[in-house]
Amino acid sequence: MEHLRFEFKTPGNRPSGRASALVGVVSSGNLEVMVESTDLNEACQVEVNTSARGFAAIWQAVLTDFAERHDLAGLRISINDGGATPAVVSLRLDQAIEEFLGMSS
Amino acid sequence: MTVEALMKQLFPAGHAVQIQGDILTGSAMTPKGTIAVMGTANHLAVGVETALALADFVLKVVREWPGRPILMLVDTQGQRLSKRDELLGINGYLAHLVKCLEMARLRGHRLLSLVYGEAVSGGFLSFGLMADEIHALPDAKVRVMNLPAMARITKLPLAMLEELSSASPSFAPGVENFLQLGGVCSIWSDMLSEQLANALGRQAAGDQRRQQGLQRLGRKLAHQVSQSVTACGPGDG
Amino acid sequence: MSDLSGRHRGHSYYEANARGRITHLLDAGSFREILGPTERLTSPHLELLGLPCAFDDGIVVGHGRIDGRQVLIASQEGGFMGGAVGEVHGAKLTGLLELAVQERPAAVLLLLESGGVRLHEANAGLIAISEIIRALLAARAAGIPVIGLIGGVYGCFGGMGIVARCCDSLIINEEGRLGLSGPDVIETTMGVEEFDAADRALVWRTVGGKHRLLLGEVQRLVEDDIAAFRSAALETLEQPIQDLSLEALEAEHQALSARLTDYGSCQDATEIWSQLGLHDPLQLPLLDIQSFLKATCKIGREGA
Repeated sequence: MEHLRFEFKTPGNRPSGRASALVGVVSSGNLEVMVESTDLNEACQVEVNTSARGFAAIWQAVLTDFAERHDLAGLRISINDGGATPAVVSLRLDQAIEEFLGMSS
Repeated sequence: MTVEALMKQLFPAGHAVQIQGDILTGSAMTPKGTIAVMGTANHLAVGVETALALADFVLKVVREWPGRPILMLVDTQGQRLSKRDELLGINGYLAHLVKCLEMARLRGHRLLSLVYGEAVSGGFLSFGLMADEIHALPDAKVRVMNLPAMARITKLPLAMLEELSSASPSFAPGVENFLQLGGVCSIWSDMLSEQLANALGRQAAGDQRRQQGLQRLGRKLAHQVSQSVTACGPGDG
Repeated sequence: MSDLSGRHRGHSYYEANARGRITHLLDAGSFREILGPTERLTSPHLELLGLPCAFDDGIVVGHGRIDGRQVLIASQEGGFMGGAVGEVHGAKLTGLLELAVQERPAAVLLLLESGGVRLHEANAGLIAISEIIRALLAARAAGIPVIGLIGGVYGCFGGMGIVARCCDSLIINEEGRLGLSGPDVIETTMGVEEFDAADRALVWRTVGGKHRLLLGEVQRLVEDDIAAFRSAALETLEQPIQDLSLEALEAEHQALSARLTDYGSCQDATEIWSQLGLHDPLQLPLLDIQSFLKATCKIGREGA
């Protein structure tokens, strides 16, 4: 297991959404992403627990890309990863934000 | 210990327990009165016939001797692994035995188990684990799976599992581990007939295994988690 | 998107995950989770082994309503470790069944998908399943119906196969499998000549939903649609409660004894179906659910 922590400075507004949202399932090649509101106004914290060691740089890249696409102020994102590809990670992150904002059906 | 030697020590006042096809049924004299005795011998794998025979005995005890305590003597290598048993719905037969034992408990029969041989997985679940109190002899072999098989199936290194087993009772087989987890109430090292009389003298007090697991620091979360769930009224979800 | 039988249509139960099943089974917006993922009650044992945890330990439990009626519900996530039961997972389910005795909901719905004991914390998992069984039967003894639903990718096996048959009533789809030892476990231990787990047709006709219905091991067989499971659960709620009386268990005993006498020497499910008097047993696995139910309607359904 590898435990990674990232923090993104996000000067945007805190999105108003649910208190929390969870998408995905922890299985081989898949992951779960949980989004929660926090009191951190101008930052987004991401914590990753992954079974695949040595991919910190790739996580950094995928999460930076994700942070640029969304307004993430005041969010805590927690990930349990069973070795998903960057494409699957991006997809789940987007789904989690949609679910958090109440946009998904 | 052979089942004959065990019963000699457990029931010095005598017993009338029959052994047919490694299935035990009958009665025994104790200082607390006559009790019903059922169980398995020679590591019997519990198949549909075994479950039905034991259930038959439980129903008979409930019908003919209301309130008589039931002692289960456990020596099973687990459920019988066969396509035929699955085809017939073996899980339904084992569940039937479990339900018969629960019904006996509801009608005031005290349920005790003593693991004197092996106690493994589905075979153990179907009767021994249903008791109010589950006791074991020191050399009883209680398990789900041995470590080499667990290493193979979980694809984890055996050395790692062996190392962790010294720190946590949740992995490796062994009666001491089950004691620590609350799955076994106590180990009976000697004075078996006295131990049995004492157990018969106590009252059933619901399922105590999570509390015991916590007190013995073997299962630190089960009690707290289930308590947290039951504390959640409809408004607190 | 509504029809007479339920609000939703066209959501596969087989493909949905544990949370999706709850969403579409219950009245919209009625689910309130207990000890949800933000509590982070993960397995300490998996952590020790260096394996990824799930925030809910693979089971979702909570309150909800079905057609306005208050129920408690649990849903196992097959995708996480095959739905296997560990210490926390098991304690959540046991706690829910104990909560039922206090709260007296219209029913407890158990969405079962599990290989049984989680081998990574085997000892704790085995005891946990025994605790689930006792709590389930205590809920039933208190007069709370417990209804099991089976139809996920991983089926319902091991100790959870026993738990399933402790329920009042079971609902299954054709894809659902219910048994004790999974075909792969039997093949690995006893050899491929005992049970060829790769023979999908053999697996489904031995442990699949259709055979389980014909045998009387489950009470309702439905389409692979969460709405169909919902309708069947509502129908089940209208049935009288199955009690745990001596008389009820004597009746079950007779039925199980008769099954052993009648089919104990059968080698294959098709022989049993043939003895049941069904025409063309080899065709039964190929029929869609409606045609299958029609072709087999003369078989008395135990406990249905």
